[in-house]
Amino acid sequence: MVKLPIYMDNHATTPLDPRVLDAMLPYLKDEFGNAASRSHVFGWRAEEAVERAREQIGALIGASGKEIIFTSGATESDNLAIKGAAEFYREKGNHLVTCKTEHKAVLDSMKRLERQGFEVTYLPVGKDGRLDPDDLRRAIGPKTILVSIMLANNEIGTVQPVEEIGKICREKGVLFHCDAVQGVGKIPFDVGRANVDLASISAHKIYGPKGIGALYVRRKPRVRLAELIDGGGHERGMRSGTLNVPGIVGLAKACEIAKAEMPEEAARLTALRERLREKIVRRLDLVELNGSAEHRLPGNLNLSFAYVEGEALMMAIKDVAVSSGSACTSASLEPSYVLRACGVEEELAHSSIRFGLGRFNTEEEVDYVADLVVGKVTKLREMSPLYEMAKEGVDLKNVTWAQAH
Amino acid sequence: MAYSDKVLEHYENPRNVGTLDKNDPSVGTGLVGAPACGDVMRLQIKITDDGRIEDAKFKTFGCGSAIASSSLVTEWVKGKTLDQALSIKNTDVAKELALPPVKIHCSVLAEDAIKAAIADYKRKHGTAPAATGTEK
Ligand SMILES: Cc1ncc(COP(=O)(O)O)c(C=O)c1O
Repeated sequence: MVKLPIYMDNHATTPLDPRVLDAMLPYLKDEFGNAASRSHVFGWRAEEAVERAREQIGALIGASGKEIIFTSGATESDNLAIKGAAEFYREKGNHLVTCKTEHKAVLDSMKRLERQGFEVTYLPVGKDGRLDPDDLRRAIGPKTILVSIMLANNEIGTVQPVEEIGKICREKGVLFHCDAVQGVGKIPFDVGRANVDLASISAHKIYGPKGIGALYVRRKPRVRLAELIDGGGHERGMRSGTLNVPGIVGLAKACEIAKAEMPEEAARLTALRERLREKIVRRLDLVELNGSAEHRLPGNLNLSFAYVEGEALMMAIKDVAVSSGSACTSASLEPSYVLRACGVEEELAHSSIRFGLGRFNTEEEVDYVADLVVGKVTKLREMSPLYEMAKEGVDLKNVTWAQAH
Repeated sequence: MAYSDKVLEHYENPRNVGTLDKNDPSVGTGLVGAPACGDVMRLQIKITDDGRIEDAKFKTFGCGSAIASSSLVTEWVKGKTLDQALSIKNTDVAKELALPPVKIHCSVLAEDAIKAAIADYKRKHGTAPAATGTEK
């Protein structure tokens, strides 16, 4: 028997890898020095650990250690990259380009800039969640200073064509920020090949600790940012604050493991994901895959189960931790903006479930979850007036529904 | 979000799931909500000659609280006269199930479903528009 509950929400966060914890422990105990202390061995040892960590993190993304700035997480990295670049390069222009399916840390940073007089273009995506590079090319104008596009989407796992995007940005002479949080350590990503100028990463999405992240800031050609936090001038003046040494060591160890194990782990997760999908769609009708079949994170499976509401399904499989694009999981009553941007109809957005497979999921768990989902969807459909109507041949689009939200 | 024990209990053992013949003159059907909003409730009631609800069935597309709300009202309306059933308020449902504020709309939908089912029955018997007066 599998052990319950089963964690299958690895896009939200990941468990700490025990090897990461082991690497961190000395820095939570005896090695407590402040990396900025120049006058004694405690400080020197902490600084050594931080510098080693920078190199390990850089190595995963093809950067040098000097290009890594530590932050409290990717939310801060996104804020610093976008607001910091916008402020620093304001004289050059006031236009930024992003995409409708970006994380809120990007979209809400853009919204704030709009209130301050910047102009932002939000690019659409196709049904598969990918943007069209030609749209990007057309959106960039003489006043454009920054393009921010993610590597991979946190809901539907769609991988964006970052190398093409980087090429266009380089050609046009605009900065390219990439929120690489979901893709880094899972799929190949190289800041050189993709011509990325700024990249956000977060430890807790790659089996590292929470509360630590990094921003890659290109040195050649040099990218400048206005700081958001004033203080002691740490991190080349871009991010003041005493460094979180245990967190940094943990992030570095997480990067090292991800780099070493990526090919096998990606293949294993892709196989698990396909097994899960196969076992579900073979036994249930009216199941839609959200996102791209081809350009997809290995561990992401996002499915809509027509005529079943996502939160009800999550409740039915409560021993399995997943998430839903249903409105009911948020206070807003609006279903997922990511699915809506992909043109998924509202009813199917309400019916979506995101399975996020990770390093510690097993085949046994996948089989258990597939059986459970098939059983519960069948049961909920027996309870669904919509399923009954659809089976009777009623076209639900022709029904006049009583109530709008 | 955590669910109350009562919601969980109804969700896990929903009462009176099913379908009555919507063409039967003694059956009233209420279909409320919209798929795009993530909630659709169908409540059906079967009414005796002397105006009592003798049976009730539901089917619901919606979250656990919506399913629990509909399950609860099928229990509540059984044995009641139409007037008594019409006096069931969404606040009673919300209170009984300890619904949090974001789920109040589920109880509103349940009240609407009762009204809609009764209105449908009255329409079949030529006493529409609903919600005013009774046949007594
Ligand atoms: C794509 C993406 N960007 C940014 C973030 C924010 O990361 P953090 O939790 O480290 O602030 C997340 C995580 O929720 C994410 O998935």
